[in-house]
Amino acid sequence: MAEKNSKYLSYMREERLPHIFCPGCSNGSVMSAFLEAMEKAEMDFDNIAMVSGIGCSSRIPGYIKCDSLHTTHGRALTFATGLKIANKGLDVVVFSGDGDAASIGGNHLIHAARRNLDLTVICINNNIYGMTGGQVSPTSPKGIVATTAPYGNYDTPFNLAEVVAAAGASYSARWTITEMENLVLSIKAALKTPGFSFVEVVSLCPTYFGRKNKLRTPTAMAAVMRANTVFKSAADRMSEKELKDKIVVGEFANKHRDELSDVLEKFSVENSGDKTVVNSAYETEF
Amino acid sequence: MAEEFFIQGNEACAKGAIAAGCRFFAGYPITPSTEIAETLAKDLPKVGGSFVQMEDEIASMGAIIGASWGGTKAMTATSGPGLSLMQENIGYAFMTETPLVIVDVQRGSPSTAQPTMGAQGDMMQARWGSHGDYEPIALSPSSVEEFFYFTIKAFNLAEEYRVPVFLMTDETMGHMREKMHIDESKINIVPRKRPELTDDYLPYKYVEDGTTPMPAFGDGFNIHVTGLTHDERGYPDTNDPDAHDRLVQRLCNKVLNNRDKISSVFSQFCDDADTIIISYGSPTRAVIEAVLKIRKEGKKVGYIKIDTPWPFPEKQILELTEGAKHVIVVEMNLGQMYYEVDRLLKLQTRVHFMGKIGGLLPTPDEIISGIKRAEGE
Repeated sequence: MAEKNSKYLSYMREERLPHIFCPGCSNGSVMSAFLEAMEKAEMDFDNIAMVSGIGCSSRIPGYIKCDSLHTTHGRALTFATGLKIANKGLDVVVFSGDGDAASIGGNHLIHAARRNLDLTVICINNNIYGMTGGQVSPTSPKGIVATTAPYGNYDTPFNLAEVVAAAGASYSARWTITEMENLVLSIKAALKTPGFSFVEVVSLCPTYFGRKNKLRTPTAMAAVMRANTVFKSAADRMSEKELKDKIVVGEFANKHRDELSDVLEKFSVENSGDKTVVNSAYETEF
Repeated sequence: MAEEFFIQGNEACAKGAIAAGCRFFAGYPITPSTEIAETLAKDLPKVGGSFVQMEDEIASMGAIIGASWGGTKAMTATSGPGLSLMQENIGYAFMTETPLVIVDVQRGSPSTAQPTMGAQGDMMQARWGSHGDYEPIALSPSSVEEFFYFTIKAFNLAEEYRVPVFLMTDETMGHMREKMHIDESKINIVPRKRPELTDDYLPYKYVEDGTTPMPAFGDGFNIHVTGLTHDERGYPDTNDPDAHDRLVQRLCNKVLNNRDKISSVFSQFCDDADTIIISYGSPTRAVIEAVLKIRKEGKKVGYIKIDTPWPFPEKQILELTEGAKHVIVVEMNLGQMYYEVDRLLKLQTRVHFMGKIGGLLPTPDEIISGIKRAEGE
């Protein structure tokens, strides 16, 4: 175990450990899936900039050795948009959660997908507000119990991967934390896709989701998750009734579309005869 | 080289931004600021810069903060309702010491009120709009030419102190057209200072003057930027009372300790004046007219035009009003900067308020009546 843990330690800000995540939390697994995908995609770790909002998952960039921008709740994509346009050479990765990306940041999510700026977004969807202590989120399944849904959640959850695909993203996929190999390959594909790339990871929050919903251990939660997982190819042939309580995994979008920073650079070349300027704040003459 | 233009205030602001080195603008359409966005949408690509129209003002603020950390001078422009939406991220910019410029072309308020009419109702929103303790810098131009030069100054102050800087103007100034001279020899650019990457590098080091150099993302510093209370490494340290006190005091003091250097006023006829009028932005034009007129009647009236409402120019105003019996604050609201002046001067001078809302500038004759009324009291 110790060896396995140390595999990616060189990519991390060791001085910041131990992390704040609870026992059984999926965030560590998603972080290692991301680091593995970075290696598999042969990405340059020195060229990564990470942006996040507020929530447990948004703490991940703070543990990774990179330039990291830990921003306001829901707004990570707006900061990432400015950062990527100002310096399109950077590989910008956004970590987010369901409350952050789908609730307070929902508008930014669909607009970022529409613009198709080259960002890689990993949304760790634990179906609950973890950091504030277990309130219902826009992806909480109907009927679950949360501190702000003591009689059961009466709202219909967002299908995030589908929303992002419908909004125009080049790449959108969903996996659960029990599908590590697919998750790694999907994050790799997202990193390599020019354009807005979104990977939703349905994950476990034993502390605030499990305890309230009679799923007392992470393994019990994972077992239920695995039993309810259906591949998209199979789900496409299933009825709405059959799909009740199922988690559909797979790719929801994987297509080529014009990417925003390329388009803006084209405007710049056509109008100024040169590429977009980078790091101009340090210059004295204009 | 000097150039002359007949130009609108908002266009002058956009030109000033480009001259200052602004190469990124993110904004959302709102009257009466939209011409700034429209001009920059056209002009930024011509100088290798980028314009992006965001989904709202919250996103606009986020985008310019991101662009600033990308190593680019960045700006947004809005009006009161948009400034309200930006406030959370404005606080983030203060906490993370992100240089940027926010233009507020003020309109009748509160709420949507009067989109096409001028006002100065956001002065306290610029001062206190976000949560917590912070010290903003704000400039108020009173001519189209000043709008150009103050925009450059705003970028320079933003870089020098690593703070967001507000340009607090209004519809009158934004939409007014007048002659403007650009003298390139008068344009001075303050570049961002890049730190040196050493083994013991600390991005938020406690330095004497309060402002540490700022690296760009991609420079190899592996910097962590957070709105949480952070230590000198930039890492969250949210439960140590001393860490928070040290950080927030430094952020405030880097502006307060340089208050006299940052703040500026322009004044005339204050030496012998019995009555001094204090104003800022558009109404100053009517104030000057009124003062020149009433002095012809032999009345000893002077004026102070505040160029930097924030930080409030206490020292300059105290000195200039020393011998005055009456001070009248003229502004287009129901009393905002008036309370600052009253707080400062009430022990030595009678401070009167002359406010006007509705969208029109006070006229010189209204101001003259106000002077006579005050002196008669």
